Amino acid sequence: MATYILKRFLQLIPVFLGATLLVYFLVFSLPGDPIAALFGDKPVNETVAAQLRKQYNLDQPFWIQYLLYLKSIFTFDLGLDFSGRPIAAVLGEVFPVTARLAIMALIFEAFFGILFGLIAGLRKGKIFDATVLVASLIVIGIPIFVLGFMLQFFIGVQLGWAKPTVSSAATVQDLILPAIVLGLGSFAYVLRLTRTSVLENMNADYVRTATAKGLSRSRVVRVHILRNSLIPVVTFLGADLGALMGGAIVTEGIFNIPGVGQRLYRAVLSGEGPTVVSIVTVLVLIYVVSNLLIDLLYAWLDPRIRYDS
Amino acid sequence: MRFTRTSKALGIMAVAALALSGCGAGGTNDAGGTTGGDTSRVIIADGSEPQRPLMPADTNEVGGGKVIDMIFAGLVSYDPNGKPVNELAESIEASDGQNYTIKIKSGEKFTNGEAITAQTFVDSWNFGAAAKNAQLSGGFFESIKGYDEASAEGSTVDTMSGLKVVDDTTFTVELNQPESDWPLRLGYTAFSPVPSGALADPKGFGETPVGNGPYKLADGGWQHNVQIQLVPNPDYDGPRKAENGGVTFKIFQNDDTAYQDLLSDSLDVLQTIPTSALSNFESDLGDRTISKPYAGNQTIAIPEYLPEWSGEAGKLRRQAISMAINRDEITKVIFNGARQPAKDFTAPVLDGYSDSIPGSENLEFNETKAKELWAEADGMQKWDPNTTFSIAYNADKGGHQVWVEAVVNQLKNTLGIKAEGKPYPTFKEVRQDATAGTLTGAIRAGWQADYPSLYNFLGPIYKTGAGSNDARYANPEFDKAITEGLAAASVSEGNDAMNKAQETLLTDLPAIPLWYQVAQGGWSNNVTNVDYGWDGVPLYYQITGK
Amino acid sequence: MTPDINSTQPGETSRSGRHSEHFVAEISDTPLRAVDTVKEDAAPLSLWGEAWKNLRKQPLFLISAFLILLVAAVSLFPGLFSPINPSTEACQLADSNGPAIAGHPLGFTKQGCDVYARMIFGAQASVTVGLFTTIGVLLIGGIMGAIAGYYGGWVDAVLARINDIFFALPLILGAIVLMQLPFFRANRTPWTLVVILVVFGWPQIARITRGAVIEVRNADFVTAARSLGVSKFGALVRHVMPNSLAPIIVVATISLGTFIVAEATLSFLGIGLPPSVMSWGNDIQAAQSSLRSNPLPLLYPAIALSITVLSFIMLGDALRDALDPKARKR
Repeated sequence: MATYILKRFLQLIPVFLGATLLVYFLVFSLPGDPIAALFGDKPVNETVAAQLRKQYNLDQPFWIQYLLYLKSIFTFDLGLDFSGRPIAAVLGEVFPVTARLAIMALIFEAFFGILFGLIAGLRKGKIFDATVLVASLIVIGIPIFVLGFMLQFFIGVQLGWAKPTVSSAATVQDLILPAIVLGLGSFAYVLRLTRTSVLENMNADYVRTATAKGLSRSRVVRVHILRNSLIPVVTFLGADLGALMGGAIVTEGIFNIPGVGQRLYRAVLSGEGPTVVSIVTVLVLIYVVSNLLIDLLYAWLDPRIRYDS
Repeated sequence: MRFTRTSKALGIMAVAALALSGCGAGGTNDAGGTTGGDTSRVIIADGSEPQRPLMPADTNEVGGGKVIDMIFAGLVSYDPNGKPVNELAESIEASDGQNYTIKIKSGEKFTNGEAITAQTFVDSWNFGAAAKNAQLSGGFFESIKGYDEASAEGSTVDTMSGLKVVDDTTFTVELNQPESDWPLRLGYTAFSPVPSGALADPKGFGETPVGNGPYKLADGGWQHNVQIQLVPNPDYDGPRKAENGGVTFKIFQNDDTAYQDLLSDSLDVLQTIPTSALSNFESDLGDRTISKPYAGNQTIAIPEYLPEWSGEAGKLRRQAISMAINRDEITKVIFNGARQPAKDFTAPVLDGYSDSIPGSENLEFNETKAKELWAEADGMQKWDPNTTFSIAYNADKGGHQVWVEAVVNQLKNTLGIKAEGKPYPTFKEVRQDATAGTLTGAIRAGWQADYPSLYNFLGPIYKTGAGSNDARYANPEFDKAITEGLAAASVSEGNDAMNKAQETLLTDLPAIPLWYQVAQGGWSNNVTNVDYGWDGVPLYYQITGK
Repeated sequence: MTPDINSTQPGETSRSGRHSEHFVAEISDTPLRAVDTVKEDAAPLSLWGEAWKNLRKQPLFLISAFLILLVAAVSLFPGLFSPINPSTEACQLADSNGPAIAGHPLGFTKQGCDVYARMIFGAQASVTVGLFTTIGVLLIGGIMGAIAGYYGGWVDAVLARINDIFFALPLILGAIVLMQLPFFRANRTPWTLVVILVVFGWPQIARITRGAVIEVRNADFVTAARSLGVSKFGALVRHVMPNSLAPIIVVATISLGTFIVAEATLSFLGIGLPPSVMSWGNDIQAAQSSLRSNPLPLLYPAIALSITVLSFIMLGDALRDALDPKARKR
């Protein structure tokens, strides 16, 4: 097992190089000149622009830019963004906020998704099953930017149960509503995945055996049905953590959360290569590590799964 | 609310300052001074993250501009109507419109105690113009003699020969040519003085700027992407004296969110009501709203390098397009009155504006005339019915889609041609096509004034070869009229010449003026005395608590 | 499917007709008896043949098939369902946010467009995006994930890490870059979005498939099949994949809806379909700005979208039931 984990960590190196190269190339291919855009509607002052291009290495060909970036990573100096701030400081600000948000969203979708999915599966075709189906259809059918604004308006403004936007500290309490909004989309997936898995396992021989053995219903459900139903759900949740961290552009925008998604979005729009690559690199690391954890969880959930071969 | 000793004292000082400024400005200040209000309240307003370090000559966008404007004071500032009022200047004089003598008030200081002298101004302007400092707004110094040498690429000259210090409080400025409206520009932030520390370490200074304006940055006040906290500068003694306990700009990603915050009183002042709330905000906010035109407009530019839009036929087609747009209907239905139909190429708040320049009838909706003109153009050069007339716009911000769609539908209905909006994902992408001259149709354009002058709306956009001339418009007649206007002996004579030049524009229509911007803002239950400036930005300094 | 106690019959023989009458604790609603009663004299059918036989009789399947056919008909022949063609009849601002009147059963949008006609004519783009993106991610993600999970070792390492890289690429960055390619730039159509969403959407299906295959690959019936001489690849196709389908179907059917909505979200961020292309996503996005004063133009396309998703979810459920040998009824 230790060898397996070590191997997985060694794989980080090619992943890191591949991801940074690909992302840097994408940013390099972004249309429009980021320096010219700094001038807004005003005419571009070519002297100033040339000076700035040089400062951000934008006058270099792609490979040189990329190698310079790699060098900056290995010297632990990620350089400055367009507003003159160290990118490392920017990362230090945005990731903790978004990590809180993403983890809360994950807990929300995992808890309610699994709970409702389990009940719906156990009572297939009954009223509860139909109700959660309609609820998940609403979540799927209405985009998050509409749903988010509606919840913000009704819960935040009309009822006043929560502040419509997140305070500067972005505390756990502030993030409850945004986390629910962020988790809603994935909630539908978790719910239906759980429901389907439960349906499959309910008819499995070992469940019948367990039932036949005279185990209590709750024990059958908990130990035999639920645990064996979790593999697809866990796969989904693990992959979702990364998606929630990087993909919260809309939710962060609605609730004015100064997190990864918004910073990434702005950096993409303004073409700040090093900022984009740095953020995405951290995201890739999160993916790789969360995927490793999931693979280890597989083995725990189903002892027949082994990786030693 | 419990008053502390200092806040009370501040209040008294503010009232005194008001009385003074009331005399000086001749009572134009209508919102201020009517009610006392709570002068200790910290006003929470909406802002956006500055794109660049907070250096006056390096800031050219709203987010940073708002802050710079409040922590720096220049020679002049603009009153709510766009009239320049002396701030640091004692006098700005020139007999010929080309050689200016500027006297500044003595004893002025930055908040770090450094004295502001004539040398400070000269150093700051030279810094802004010199190529090696790469300041985004360096171009604002272009009229000053010696700018070309100092700003040339790789230049080792870092001073402009047109700037000379006479004594501690006097310096002279020589321009390349006479420009009667040059003093009007001096209220723009790029002309603000900066302390010597800024010139030595601009990056570090940009994080924690030290200025001389009505406010100063609080200790650690710039929390990036979260908020920028300003506190009053007790030493400031000018027309924009703070009447509140400070202003905190909360940074928002979008106006919709800011509006929700306003509704729940978490935000005190919202500069722009978002499009999504235009039909509700009056019932939501009651009398806590304002609607005031400001110096900005919206146009669509049609490049003359496109064959269908060049020559005489192109001109007739542009006139037809202009008359096919029902500006009244769009401003009413789509904007709910947050725009005013355009009658010229400038903006109504400016000195010298006229709504009846000959040719302005080309901006009125006239279905029959539009059809006739289009048919006439068709007679000269056939319009391929399969061609789609497109209007390019950036979709990342600004909410242009809704009005572009409305314009497109009107063109379809009136002229029976194919038309569509063409969104570009990012602003820089649409600018790239515009500057490279590779547009395939019309492009959304618009202008926010940098300083209150008719010329600012005309010269930089429609002069042959001008930097923002997206339409590639070139008409010697117009160029001549504009140059004459600049050289005019007085601002008012200059204005007449500018409006004369507009007659040419209104016939040629290199861009089709659509509407003037109207600032539509709102405020919370906690504040009062909210008014807007000529540029559509709230006058934050005079807002008080209730 | 993952026995942890002692019943270890290989998959196909698990329905050997052993009547389990002796259970004591009852799992309510589990039709154990129905499951276990099997027509013993029936001729053996292939997995898919049996599935189809089951499917035909399910009301769930019939309803979903009817809805899907309806959506398909609307998408292909919108003219049959709406007398007004919004692409030729431009909207009048005078009708802005107007209520329903004769000939315009659902009222008007802010731009004065007929809500009903736009909903009908918008189906084509939205269904194209949803359906073909789903097919695309199923093909790419399914194959990549199945191979990675089944073969393991270095194959898994390479494929799964490629997966990680793609997963981390911000959709918005990729979308902006892809959209500027000359090929897409000239005409941005629903197919542009299909390509973009497939390129950035397949990793999710790949992860799910990989997980499902890893779960099944060590099952006894796979070992049994292998020992009976089925090739390694043959076992993947004939035994592992069919038994891994359930979570893939679930994710795919929901994704169909999320892809349609993703189009709206991309429009919201300014990189979706141009407003000249009618789609439910564009209508939802455009109606969002007058949500509080006139929510109906948003509601109707959202309902149309939900019905489409519902029909595919029901189809997926029916298919899963039909494919699951243990849940099979007579």
